[in-house]
Amino acid sequence: MKKEILDLQIAEATSPWEGFVLLKAEPTEGALPECRPGQFAQLRTGGALLRRPISIHNVEEGGRRVWFLVQAVGRGTRWFQTLKAGDCLNAVMPLGNGFGMPGSGDRVLLVGGGVGVAPLLFQGQRLRERGIPFAFLLGARSADLLLQLEEFRRVGEVFVATEDGSAGECGLVTQHSAFAAPYTLVQTCGPTPMMRAVARLAHEQGMRCEVSLENRMACGVGACLCCVTEDRTGHNRCVCTDGPVFGAEELNWD
Amino acid sequence: MADLKVSIGALELRNPVMTASGTFGYGLEFQDFVDLSELGGIVVKGTTLRPREGNPYPRMAETASGMLNCVGLQNKGVDYFCEHIYPEVKDLPTQVVVNVSGSTIEDYAETAHRIGELERIPAIELNISCPNVRQGGMAFGVTSQGAASVVKAVRRAYPKTLIVKLSPNVTDIAEIARAVEAEGADAVSLINTLMGMAIDAERRRKVLSIGTGGLSGPAVKPVALRMVHQVSKAVGIPVVGLGGIMSATDAVEFLLAGATAVEIGTANFIDPGVSTKVVRGISEYLARHGFSSVREIIGALEN
Ligand SMILES: Cc1cc2nc3c(=O)[nH]c(=O)nc-3n(C[C@H](O)[C@H](O)[C@H](O)COP(=O)(O)OP(=O)(O)OC[C@H]3O[C@@H](n4cnc5c(N)ncnc54)[C@H](O)[C@@H]3O)c2cc1C
Ligand SMILES: Cc1cc2nc3c(=O)[nH]c(=O)nc-3n(C[C@H](O)[C@H](O)[C@H](O)COP(=O)(O)O)c2cc1C
Ligand code: FES
Repeated sequence: MKKEILDLQIAEATSPWEGFVLLKAEPTEGALPECRPGQFAQLRTGGALLRRPISIHNVEEGGRRVWFLVQAVGRGTRWFQTLKAGDCLNAVMPLGNGFGMPGSGDRVLLVGGGVGVAPLLFQGQRLRERGIPFAFLLGARSADLLLQLEEFRRVGEVFVATEDGSAGECGLVTQHSAFAAPYTLVQTCGPTPMMRAVARLAHEQGMRCEVSLENRMACGVGACLCCVTEDRTGHNRCVCTDGPVFGAEELNWD
Repeated sequence: MADLKVSIGALELRNPVMTASGTFGYGLEFQDFVDLSELGGIVVKGTTLRPREGNPYPRMAETASGMLNCVGLQNKGVDYFCEHIYPEVKDLPTQVVVNVSGSTIEDYAETAHRIGELERIPAIELNISCPNVRQGGMAFGVTSQGAASVVKAVRRAYPKTLIVKLSPNVTDIAEIARAVEAEGADAVSLINTLMGMAIDAERRRKVLSIGTGGLSGPAVKPVALRMVHQVSKAVGIPVVGLGGIMSATDAVEFLLAGATAVEIGTANFIDPGVSTKVVRGISEYLARHGFSSVREIIGALEN
């Protein structure tokens, strides 16, 4: 899959949730390169020197328009809040390996927390196209922090867990009754403690589990070795090229 | 079009632009963005005698106009390089220089010797300046005696072009440059990263796993320029200049300061296509100022 340096033009920039920005953008010329769910882009930001890795949230049908869902947490990501329709955004994409494509016998649970839900929308889209049974399980502190709920509902069945019980079941995603159903594969993205708990639970229930890591990056292309994570064998693996998606059993998580 | 050719000892470059060790992988990682045949050369990752896992994560922190890294020379060792990586890079359409590091003089010499046997590697860059490994690395690069003793041993083990990469974390870099010249180095390259630190005030913690790291990027450029200027006055061998080069103008500044060639590091992370843009920009500069060869601007400061 060829990586490209692309100038994107913002078609829509909205902030449907406080502290988050949803960007929809198209290449200023030519087509969007083919992307797999779970892959990411390295976005140039006016707020910092280095690019920031951001998941591909969705690619619209026809493949021209890409979506990014960004939480403004620091100087790099806050700058994305200043973008308006018509502005230019430079991206290096697609990067990373992406989620595995499940087989026909699989039933998939896509578990997201916080802004980690971003890549799951695209993955759900792809699973639906392939006719693979799946559901989303989305977690948040409260109902108003459930991101893109309507978009997820358009794509598939959605279970919700909120810590304050303001929507769906009360509690963490790992306490949700959805885990009682016979899924064969869990694909998850979110805060590391959540993913670790999800991986442990999946393991106990005999489900395979893929996790998407969010290590800090510099190059995003496997050249600088800044983004590494230690695998089960004690060797360092690049999150940007060997990941960001890893089988939970590959990592040195208990 | 102006002539861009330069030579560093016996190493002939089609133009003075190379990429810096640790920032461009083995060149293969950038082939989607850069036509490698347009580059003067690439300096591949630091290679050591035995495999190294490097330092724990986090290894990187962004700072004002720069970044700190403490990767710590993660690499699979010289055997792996010779067996698995060399076959992939030997036919790249540019000069491939291997950056060599070690923790003992014997390690340096043995690694250099092994790389010397590889027909298609015309030069090594001896890294005596890595601030991120506890043993060796920078330890050799901060005294004239240490630098001289490594270069002496490597010179005996390695017949091809030997570039010695200097540390800026010293009191008098010119003195060290003279010491390595006296031991037979064919060229020096500078600067490696400047030792620094980042602290997260909210968490009251050091940001990097080992506390300190090497600073690179635009923040270090004025320091690098000064050192390149100073060293080029002090030695007779060619100087390769690097540190914070982001554009062709930056590269031209290093050439004017006395560098025969330049390397581009951190800038590759920000624009993966920057290296060949710098080549084209140098050509444009030469045309605009009526020079027929890039060699005319090396050390050509007017004051
Ligand atoms: C593959 C991948 C995909 C991602 N996808 C998305 C996405 O779709 N949407 C999204 O909003 N974010 C995503 N992220 C996270 C995003 O890249 C970071 O939030 C962003 O780089 C922070 O930059 P900043 O300049 O805003 O914050 P900074 O100013 O760099 O940091 C702000 C604060 O966050 C901490 N911090 C920053 N990055 C990390 C990190 N990686 N690990 C731990 N602490 C950190 C810093 O210590 C600091 O306290 C992704 C990350 C990766 C690696
Ligand atoms: C992530 C990273 C890894 C590096 N690894 C090496 C290395 O293995 N050997 C070496 O001699 N220099 C290494 N360097 C230093 C660079 O080659 C260069 O000297 C320095 O970054 C200054 O140039 P710049 O400001 O253009 O990046 C590394 C730098 C960075 C940022
Ligand atoms: S970010 Fe540079 S190797 Fe992964």
